[in-house]
Amino acid sequence: MQLVINGDARTFAETQLSVSDLLRLESVELPDMVSVQINDDFINRPDYDTTAVREGDTVNFLYFMGGGQ
Amino acid sequence: MRDFSETELERYSRHILLADVGIEGQEKILESKVLIIGAGGLGAPIAYYLAAAGVGTLGIVDGDVVDLSNLQRQIIHTTAEVGVPKVESAQRKIAALNPDVTVETYRTMLDASNILEILEPYDFIIDGTDNFAAKFLINDACVLAGKPYSHGGILRFTGQTMTIVPRKTACYACAFHRPPPAGAVPTCASAGVLGAIAGMLGTIQAAEALKVILGLGEPLYNQLLTFDAKTMNFRKTTLKPNPHCRVCAGSGIQKLEDYEQPVCDLKPQ
Repeated sequence: MQLVINGDARTFAETQLSVSDLLRLESVELPDMVSVQINDDFINRPDYDTTAVREGDTVNFLYFMGGGQ
Repeated sequence: MRDFSETELERYSRHILLADVGIEGQEKILESKVLIIGAGGLGAPIAYYLAAAGVGTLGIVDGDVVDLSNLQRQIIHTTAEVGVPKVESAQRKIAALNPDVTVETYRTMLDASNILEILEPYDFIIDGTDNFAAKFLINDACVLAGKPYSHGGILRFTGQTMTIVPRKTACYACAFHRPPPAGAVPTCASAGVLGAIAGMLGTIQAAEALKVILGLGEPLYNQLLTFDAKTMNFRKTTLKPNPHCRVCAGSGIQKLEDYEQPVCDLKPQ
């Protein structure tokens, strides 16, 4: 399926993916440090296994950045 | 309209020359009150640029003293000031740069018990803190008090920022919900940061503050700006207010509570 991830068009062989699958495929090392937005909506962390990513979705991984001092 | 002195006209001439600022805009800047939380990597360039711009009152909150390891990026402090409270060191530099600016210092760490009182007199708040407990508390307090503010965070070679008008634009919790679990966080000191990144993000936050004060351009409302200095890719992600946001949706937050803060200290005990 075709997805847009963080602004880049991407093609995946899989036809069905959950948010958790996508985090694994994308080698996101610290999923706890990422907020996931699909199209306009933010996905609750407990729903990552059960939320499907669909053909044509725009997915953003927004990383927590805690520094400043 | 105030009477500008000759020296004021000269000092601020490069602002006044801008059609979007002019003498009226400079007057708005001179009458504005901005609170900077954290006089560190982000707070240092923010305080310097806003002082140079002539922000009338700058509040600076920080409970720490200057440490040698700060000087790689916290450009408002100097080697001779190691051990001096950061708010004092910052105040000296601001006074030397622009004596027109009134500096209010708060040598304290913000918590749920004191933050609302400290925010109260200010028009715009800037988050320059280094931990999620503080960042979420600042978001909560700004939403509760209805204060526009700038979120900023940096990590290694990357930075992110968004500008928030509570209950009008997406807040920090709309996008990030709540602090990540303590065990997952590559905390401040342990994660490291390229010093210049603090300057890149801090100056963006200072520019956003001035845009909001001037009512100018398009602040980063409903936009999370992120950049990666390794590639110099800058990207804006469009956010929308989260209808289920625990902080700003519906009746939202009613009362402040402190968040648990993971321990972050590299120094030998």
